[in-house]
Amino acid sequence: MLKDQDRIFKNLYNDMGTDVKSAQSRGDWVNTSELIAKGRDWIINEVKDSQLRGRGGAGFPTGLKWSFAPKEVGSRPHYLVINADESEPGTCKDRDILRFEPHKLIEGCLIASYAVQAHACYIYIRGEYFIEGQKLQSAIDEAYEKNLIGENAAGTGWDLDIYIHYGAGAYICGEETALLESIEGKKGQPRLKPPFPALIGLYGCPTIINNVETIAVVPTILRRGGKWFSSLGREKNTGTKIFCISGNVNNPCNVEEEMNIPLKELIEVHAGGVIGGWENLQAVIPGGSSMPLIPKEKCETLTMDFDSLMAEKSGLGTAGIVVINKDQDIIKCMARIARFYKHESCGQCTPCREGSGWMWRMLERMAKGEATKDEVDMLGDVTNQIAGHTICAFGEGSSWPVQGLLRHFKKEIEERNNLDPIVQKKNNIPYLVDQHLLDKKNA
Amino acid sequence: MSLRRPSKNQPETFEFSSSSMEEANKIVLKYPEGKQQSAVMALLYIAQKQNDNWIPLAAMKYIAKFLDMPYIKVYEVATFYTMYNLSPVGKYFVQVCTTTPCMIRGANKLVEACKEKISHKENELSNDKSCSWMEVECLGACVNAPMMQINDNYYEDLDKEKTIEIFDKILKGEEPKPGSYRGRLNTEPENNRKTLMDVKNA
Repeated sequence: MLKDQDRIFKNLYNDMGTDVKSAQSRGDWVNTSELIAKGRDWIINEVKDSQLRGRGGAGFPTGLKWSFAPKEVGSRPHYLVINADESEPGTCKDRDILRFEPHKLIEGCLIASYAVQAHACYIYIRGEYFIEGQKLQSAIDEAYEKNLIGENAAGTGWDLDIYIHYGAGAYICGEETALLESIEGKKGQPRLKPPFPALIGLYGCPTIINNVETIAVVPTILRRGGKWFSSLGREKNTGTKIFCISGNVNNPCNVEEEMNIPLKELIEVHAGGVIGGWENLQAVIPGGSSMPLIPKEKCETLTMDFDSLMAEKSGLGTAGIVVINKDQDIIKCMARIARFYKHESCGQCTPCREGSGWMWRMLERMAKGEATKDEVDMLGDVTNQIAGHTICAFGEGSSWPVQGLLRHFKKEIEERNNLDPIVQKKNNIPYLVDQHLLDKKNA
Repeated sequence: MSLRRPSKNQPETFEFSSSSMEEANKIVLKYPEGKQQSAVMALLYIAQKQNDNWIPLAAMKYIAKFLDMPYIKVYEVATFYTMYNLSPVGKYFVQVCTTTPCMIRGANKLVEACKEKISHKENELSNDKSCSWMEVECLGACVNAPMMQINDNYYEDLDKEKTIEIFDKILKGEEPKPGSYRGRLNTEPENNRKTLMDVKNA
């Protein structure tokens, strides 16, 4: 288990209070101006040395992302945007940072803004987190009052303004370009990449977009050194990470742990074990709903980091672990996730807009055992038609969980759905009917 | 995609009250000059708050004029984002999360409680017209599942009985206490904490 002194978020459960004084007692804002005085290159190199990878899901190296910002500020100003639109089912880590460690985030914003030469920083919070947003706003107000941000922020000579922008219940706005569209006051529909936001982003200006957790760990990395951070975890999967363990466990919780920790340890030690015992485990979704599930056999030895999960054809994503035990109907669980994606598709690309609803309707019938034999393969076909055929990665995200289900639980589906349409003619099989007619009552 | 339509009964006019106006002017200043369109989402929230928690078409037209942008753009935004209510909802607006992490911890019991206490159908006002409920997608408190949101507050670690207790309170016009209903501290593992022990209850 990670030692307490190596934990970055010491106030994860709000034992100590969130005001600037208690944050300072935990080490925030102590020597910010010294850190910034060491210069842009030192900061970016230190972050590169730490091998910090983005905590928002994709795991892109943060130092590298920062180095994409233009070296000189041209006619267009630079922007820093923080993605706090945490909507991935199974994930609730950013919420705790926003409400209990806001000063880590604000200090991180200052350092990152300096590193990418931005004078304005927008924090995009999902609309449902209104209370959390208010708590962050009061922390920002406090920081302005103490001169930690604003003109000559924290005595660094750098000017920074931080603004909060609330979303309004769109999952897709967690995608970085959709998020930018949303800040610009439009529908949250993703843009084509390239051009990447680092060159043409918010208002057409160079913009760096980072997750809340990524930014909030940066001040600690600079204080304790990139070497310290990279000594935790393993090569290319370094540092600590907040894991959210939810679902059928005895004590669901958020916990900060080292990367590459065994999944079994997370579940058994921190979350108090699976309800009904380890033997009752059915499957685990390792990184938020869009990551393919992992069946029990593999959970015994699985370690939680980007690359080892990639090797299992899944991913760490946001590290939102959803434990599903044998009391649950796995097909129904996945049908519900498919419904989530059907509801949250932004409607821009046809494969995702139509396919997500299609997958949901098929899975609902499969859960009831009303589907025919050949539909199981058809479902696989639909997922392949979505993945790789959409503008943003979220389209693929909608097909991955279904592909995971087909990969590991195809037998269960086939056993339940062995209807043969040629033999049993009287059965009412709706898959040849216009799918929208079926959708009416759920529209 | 979710299909959303404006209410059939629309008021003729809409105007910001003086306090809303003050708030709106402050928000426009958060964005660079000439980019006031960015404020549309925040302004829609203000209109929603002022107009009993829903946005009439007149408000969209008003905001379009206010920000000097085409009405259709405001309409697009208001219909795209699901947190803008396009038809009247209750004074207490209950949103129950039923996505998988909540579902497998018994969110359907919360839906049952809604059906018993508020109204049989989603998006329908309760008998005393003060309450309405709907199922929503993940609210981002999965570790505290099952949970629901009433107006701005989260109510976590619920079961059917506790949900009914909360509804009894709001139907009486009281404000129930938000947070965990099993008495645990935020997102810590209940009775099983192994980390940060030296600061516990500090």
